[in-house]
Amino acid sequence: MEKELRLMKGNEAVAEAAIRTGADGYFGYPITPQSEILEYLMVADPYKTTGMVVLQAESEVAAINMVYGGAACGKKVLTTSSSPGISLMQEGISYIAGAELPCLIVNVVRGGPGLGTIQPAQSDYSQAVKGGGHGDYHLIVLAPASVQEMADFVGLSFELAFKYRNPVMMLSDGAIGQMMEKVWLGPQKERSKTVPEWATTGKPPTRERNIITSLDLNPARHEIFNQKLIAKYNEIKEKEVRFEEFQCDDAEYLFVAYGTSARVCQKAVQLAREQGLKAGLLRPITLFPFPSKRINELADKVKIILSVEMSAGQMVEDVIISVNGKVPVFHFGRMGGIVTTPDEVVENLKSKIKGD
Amino acid sequence: MEEATGIKSIIRPENLFYKKTKLMTDNVLSYCPGCGHGTAHRLLAEVIEEENLQSEAIGISPVGCSVFLYYYIDIDWQEAAHGRAPALATAIKRLMPEKFVFTYQGDGDLAAIGTSETIHACNRGENILIIFINNGIYGMTGGQMAPTTLPGMRSSTSPYGRDVKVMGNPLKMTDIVATLPGTYYVTRQSVHTPANVKKTKKAIRKAAQYQKLNKGTCFIEIVSNCPSGWKMTPVESNKWMEENMFPFYPLGDLKVPEEKPVK
Repeated sequence: MEKELRLMKGNEAVAEAAIRTGADGYFGYPITPQSEILEYLMVADPYKTTGMVVLQAESEVAAINMVYGGAACGKKVLTTSSSPGISLMQEGISYIAGAELPCLIVNVVRGGPGLGTIQPAQSDYSQAVKGGGHGDYHLIVLAPASVQEMADFVGLSFELAFKYRNPVMMLSDGAIGQMMEKVWLGPQKERSKTVPEWATTGKPPTRERNIITSLDLNPARHEIFNQKLIAKYNEIKEKEVRFEEFQCDDAEYLFVAYGTSARVCQKAVQLAREQGLKAGLLRPITLFPFPSKRINELADKVKIILSVEMSAGQMVEDVIISVNGKVPVFHFGRMGGIVTTPDEVVENLKSKIKGD
Repeated sequence: MEEATGIKSIIRPENLFYKKTKLMTDNVLSYCPGCGHGTAHRLLAEVIEEENLQSEAIGISPVGCSVFLYYYIDIDWQEAAHGRAPALATAIKRLMPEKFVFTYQGDGDLAAIGTSETIHACNRGENILIIFINNGIYGMTGGQMAPTTLPGMRSSTSPYGRDVKVMGNPLKMTDIVATLPGTYYVTRQSVHTPANVKKTKKAIRKAAQYQKLNKGTCFIEIVSNCPSGWKMTPVESNKWMEENMFPFYPLGDLKVPEEKPVK
């Protein structure tokens, strides 16, 4: 089957891509601005075609624990939510990381804290990248910047999740979730019949029983487990960094931005160049692992780095660590559900150049 | 010596009337002497073995005294976060409807922090078995008040007795879930006498058979003792349970299906 071109919202693209990539189950709870995902799946009713289970849970807490149960059976399962709902899921996410279960969690971020707003924001960066739940763990975090990537990253997320036995978060935002763009969708894939050796599917006489747990009361053993997790995260840092560069070759001024802000900054690069400022953009696609090495290399060539985020400045901390004092690093961003404009970004860059 | 007492002549296959189920592992149980958990585990393991469900069974252990249940019964297990077992079971059963899926939860796990997951799984009529051990106290954390702690009952967080005006009344979760259309078989049993052990085993067997019918949730409460938490000897605790727990949590079926189980 050929690829198919559709005009869709980012949220709908996630739902359709989940069906097409052969997901086994979706468990979610309605919350703005991502309820279209659950609605789309309920209309599509994939149980009748692919056998994919779709269930509206009684809460985000239940939804993430359904994901735990499904993932522990070796199934391809996902949940989606938005910021307040993702906060509720943090307990389950920590357990999933601790039990080393593969799954996909999509966060269509809205402004916070608290109920905040239903408008787009990027203020859940630290929660997604640094932890969120308790304990030493990391999610693999992918940041889509288009409806196309909302679709493409579903399959990629499952690939990475199963490769590393690690939960993957797609950190989107209300703008990409709600906006419509054309999107190429891949052909329908069969649901996998492969059962991972660790999965709990009922113990046949041929193997030992499988136990999925994050508990070990023996400190020496548990530290070894912690070290094993760290080794895994280091391998991920080594092998899975993804980013995109836009006009960085001759850039004197570098924007670092992901998701919706990266779209804004791409335009800002053009505007800046029209005004004689050689700007470039580095767009992290993976937020964990963060493209620190490349940002550090670019810091040798540029004069100023501006981290542009729809937050009070969260990713900028990782940019500062990456740059390690080579050049000044600044943050610019709007909050409260306001999407930064390209003009604002250029004006801010100019003020930083002037040293305001 | 053996010849003299005749033991050797008695230990013969034809005289064997009970043996440990193969599904109970040789791991040492972490329970206090006299606790009901060990008996409940054994019954569960026996039913799984006798119903030939080992390769179908996926159990979910709770947070509480029975957190290490997965060390004791030789089947596949998932360890849930506190109270979330019915959510895990929901997904497992929906993704693999042919499997035998059950949770095993204490009163803190099921009736306090997991109230929502319990009620909604039962209300959706998930085809799972929920085993609910109710000893009216938080055993593992050291004897704190549970949602099922009786009025006036002492615990480390109700040291002067549970004052229902301040601390609320005990929650009868089994009575609540029996009212939900999603439940198929709801019963309350105990494991403190041989007769009750037999009844409880029968209930677990029925639930295992009912699950094959896909009719809804089976829910078995086992009112149990907690000698350590109640600060009594095992014998005293069983007596106290009969005199105090059973009047408040009466044993017997709360909801019985009309259909007969499949053979």
